[in-house]
Amino acid sequence: MIHFVLLISRQGKVRLTKWYSPYPQKERTKVIRELSGLILPRGPKLCNFVEWRGFKVVYRRYASLYFCMCINQDDNELEILEIIHHYVEILDRYFGSVCELDLIFNFHKAYYILDELLIAGELQESSKKTVARHIAAQDSLVETAKEQASSLSNIIAEATK
Amino acid sequence: MGSQGGFGQSKEFLDLIKSIGEARSKAEEDRIVLHEIETLKRRITEPDIPKRKMKEYIIRLVYVEMLGHDASFGYIHAVKMTHDDNIHLKRTGYLAVTLFLNEDHDLIILIVNTIQKDLKSDNYLVVCAALNVVCKLINEETIPAVLPQVVELLGHQKEAVRKKAVMALHRFYQRAPSSVNHLISNFRKKLCDNDPGVMGATLCPLYDLITIDVNAYKDLVASFASILKQVAERRLPKSYDYHQMPAPFIQIKLLKILALLGSGDKKASEQMYTIIGDIMRKCDSTSNIGNAVLYECICCISSIHPNPKLLESAADAIAKFLKSDSHNLKYLGIDALGRLIKLSPEIAEQHQLAVIDCLEDPDDTLKRKTFELLYKMTKSSNVEVIVDRMIDYMININDSHYKTEIASRCVELAEQFAPSNQWFIQTMNRVFEHAGDLVNPKVAHNLMRLIAEGFGEEDDTADSQLRSSAVESYLRIVVEPKLPSTFLQVICWVLGEYGTADGKYSASYITGKLCDVAEAYSTDDTVKAYAISALMKIYSFEIAAGRKVDVLPECQSFIEELLASHSTDLQQRAYELQAILGLDANVATNIMPMDASCEDIEIDRSLSFLNSYVQQSIEKGAQPYIPEGERSGMTDVSSFRSQELHEVSSHALRFEAYELPKPVMPSRVSPIEQSSSNELVPAPEPSYHAEMHQVASSVPSVSDTGSLELKLKLDGVQRKWGRPTYSSAAPSTSNADIPKIQNGAPQLDAVSSSSSKAVSYDSRRQQVEISAEKQKLAASLFGGTSKSHKRQSSGSQKVPKTNIPAAEKSHVAKNATSDTAVLERTPQPPPDLLDLDESTVSSSAQSLDPFKQLEGLLDLNQDTSTLTTSDASASGAPDVMSLYGETTLNVQSGGVPNLLPAGRDEANLLSGLAGTPNRDGHGENTVTNPTQQLNKGPNAKESLEKDALVRQLGVTPTGQNPNLFRDLLG
Repeated sequence: MIHFVLLISRQGKVRLTKWYSPYPQKERTKVIRELSGLILPRGPKLCNFVEWRGFKVVYRRYASLYFCMCINQDDNELEILEIIHHYVEILDRYFGSVCELDLIFNFHKAYYILDELLIAGELQESSKKTVARHIAAQDSLVETAKEQASSLSNIIAEATK
Repeated sequence: MGSQGGFGQSKEFLDLIKSIGEARSKAEEDRIVLHEIETLKRRITEPDIPKRKMKEYIIRLVYVEMLGHDASFGYIHAVKMTHDDNIHLKRTGYLAVTLFLNEDHDLIILIVNTIQKDLKSDNYLVVCAALNVVCKLINEETIPAVLPQVVELLGHQKEAVRKKAVMALHRFYQRAPSSVNHLISNFRKKLCDNDPGVMGATLCPLYDLITIDVNAYKDLVASFASILKQVAERRLPKSYDYHQMPAPFIQIKLLKILALLGSGDKKASEQMYTIIGDIMRKCDSTSNIGNAVLYECICCISSIHPNPKLLESAADAIAKFLKSDSHNLKYLGIDALGRLIKLSPEIAEQHQLAVIDCLEDPDDTLKRKTFELLYKMTKSSNVEVIVDRMIDYMININDSHYKTEIASRCVELAEQFAPSNQWFIQTMNRVFEHAGDLVNPKVAHNLMRLIAEGFGEEDDTADSQLRSSAVESYLRIVVEPKLPSTFLQVICWVLGEYGTADGKYSASYITGKLCDVAEAYSTDDTVKAYAISALMKIYSFEIAAGRKVDVLPECQSFIEELLASHSTDLQQRAYELQAILGLDANVATNIMPMDASCEDIEIDRSLSFLNSYVQQSIEKGAQPYIPEGERSGMTDVSSFRSQELHEVSSHALRFEAYELPKPVMPSRVSPIEQSSSNELVPAPEPSYHAEMHQVASSVPSVSDTGSLELKLKLDGVQRKWGRPTYSSAAPSTSNADIPKIQNGAPQLDAVSSSSSKAVSYDSRRQQVEISAEKQKLAASLFGGTSKSHKRQSSGSQKVPKTNIPAAEKSHVAKNATSDTAVLERTPQPPPDLLDLDESTVSSSAQSLDPFKQLEGLLDLNQDTSTLTTSDASASGAPDVMSLYGETTLNVQSGGVPNLLPAGRDEANLLSGLAGTPNRDGHGENTVTNPTQQLNKGPNAKESLEKDALVRQLGVTPTGQNPNLFRDLLG
């Protein structure tokens, strides 16, 4: 099971956090600090795994962004590494060659996508296409909802003029 | 889609993100966020906020919380937003509550009603959004409120809904198994769902269920095997392929399940052999995901009933992992080796050098994994080397979690395999010295007991030798600063019992040392108690031996200090010591006999010698004793006393209720106690005295209770891996192999292969420059290099197929001499352009590192604004270029719009940068580079567009981070 997902930049700035196991706010800050100290200084040729508090943290670096996932001792590290990549590929498809700025400004969208990929700390969908389709459906629904809302407010504005 | 349509947020929010991005320190960031919190607190409570505005506030709250600050003041607004009918707002509300709230938060009760409503919605996307929240927030109490609806949704026409319903039910099962026990059959049904996504999701709960109760699912073995077969044969839709592997994530999950089902079950395992073999053959070992599946296969093979053929292919796969250059694969190889070693211990020997390389690798993760492997393969022949290494490593780590683990492993191995008492004591001393606070106190008691009992052998001289060597080593260690408390207790106890036993050290020398200890650790009452008890023993031994006791001045002041101590325990010990000092030899021998800590002691548990006294008191009108069971709830002296023992140093009043009295541990009271109380030596009250002695001798009594688990097991050392003859078997098996070879393969062939093998081995050895030291280490770990040579060559002869790896190896060795072996051996990057191969990762990092080195230059550039010079040098040095890019960006954010086009050029170059060092650094990428760069073309363009867009919005990237615009995948 995945306990949490973290996106940290090379400077240690948090870009996204998702907690599947309960961690109080104070603990979260501590975890992030500890893990940035552990992961960010690691050289490029070393393992993509670190042992931490009896768990394993799998991380992967894309440009200047680190994607980290914390898993149990008996989970398959390489699989998690590929789940991270799977997520990045989906992000890439969604944003169109994704870069860190996309995630900085659209972090809520990154959350929506993550929710389609992982649920309760387990991989729920391994088909890129299915995830993409689902997200697209949500987006279009939101668009229509927005339009309706704006037309509604127009009507109201008209009426109250 | 995506960012091209603008970021959709207000200028204010973009400014916030921007300023956070540019914050140079955590403190600055905190200041900005706190200011933002103030703003939000004010704004969010204003009346009549437009909904769109509110939505943005909620997202800003999410952002604040993500940065580690408390946004709880806004939770209620997020909850309110979930009630909105507009899906647009509802979705935001749901996202926010899943991020804000934990499952036990009070506000959840306010969402349940909305969730119930949304689960019934006609719009399947609304249902999905609600199910996401269900998975995160529904707790044990609220499960019944949504359970019927979730079960109903298992049959929903949309597969996305079914899938999420399965996951929600799984979550319920994890939370409160009893609430969904009657619904478990649904998971079985969903395994046959038409949609592969639903089927894949169902594997998660099934895996959990099978972990708990394997036998209930044995009937599904054939189904799982056939699903796995279909998946491997690409029967699933193409969209489930990942890097040319057919649905690898589902394969891995299935392999995990099969590993559980086949464990210790021959019949079930036989149904899996074919498909696992097929998968192993088909696996693409050049991609990460292929190796992930391969690794899962090995795990499965090592878990199910063993099959020689599969074991062999697993061993081959492990060999490939270990020979790989990727640390990840090496790590997995070591892990897999640890799993397989239980079934075929001999495979470790083939990889001894690889293992030692990993042990000496600078990568900590790999090192730890290797220690785990060593721990698994420890036997009496190599325990000294392994434990030694472990302790050396343990000394230098800070992570207390891991330190505890490795310390306890050292102790466990030492206790199980110790070759000699001497070694054991030395090892324990080292463990205590460096991790004394982290090991179980039982271990300390065991050590004291061991020194006292001397392994229970009859040889008294050996025992006393052991003791004097222990005393000597402790006298050496005790002067070192900052020893852990547990270790000091052991030291004090041993010095007290045996410090003067062999007559080598005078009493005053030992007592002086003990006083030093007590003084140096004057805050630790337990150590002081041990020290004064040790003093008492030494003095009474002196008295018993008829020597005159001269109490050193520092001892005298120590005793006086304790006489006035706040701790009654210490005070009592001090008074007792004073009393003993006034006794004659005869009495002293009785109170403190030499080396009596292990004597068996008869206990008069009914305290019959007090009967007459009790009788007398009752006659005088005292209350009769009420047995413990009858006065529950009453404060009782024994619980108070045990409390006292534990919290010697705390004198404050307790405000919480006292614990119920625990049955007092049967402690051995020495016969002297009785004699002392019977013979009425001028001593304090008898009960008091008994207690004191219990404390002093608590060591053996405690270790007694723990001895069952932690006792030294010196017999049957080889039992550990179930092959009792293993340690002596290695040479005999290799002997047994040789005739087989002669029967099987033509003599000539065997000779030639073995000679070529030897050559390749030698050349490889030269190449890697295996030092004699390493060889020696290998020999001590794996039992002799010469033997291993034999084993390796015999291994290569045994099966003709293994000639191929041998040839490969020589090939590798040849390459290695031409200095390119390292590059040659890296797996070719897979054709999928998106995949970030290991080498490109490293090169992109390399392009960064010089940049970092040049960071100092940046300030110079900024200060003197010699932009043109850096421009001139730009064509030559790409690293400087990136610096320049950064500078201009900075300047621009400072408000110089003219430079904008220049900035764009920079960005363009920046994106091209990634490839440059590749060509410079490694030759091996030249083939793949053009294609990569081709791929990068449009990406660069897009990132330029993005760049421009961001600039229009007035948000400039941070000066620190030129990579912001780099595609994550580029």
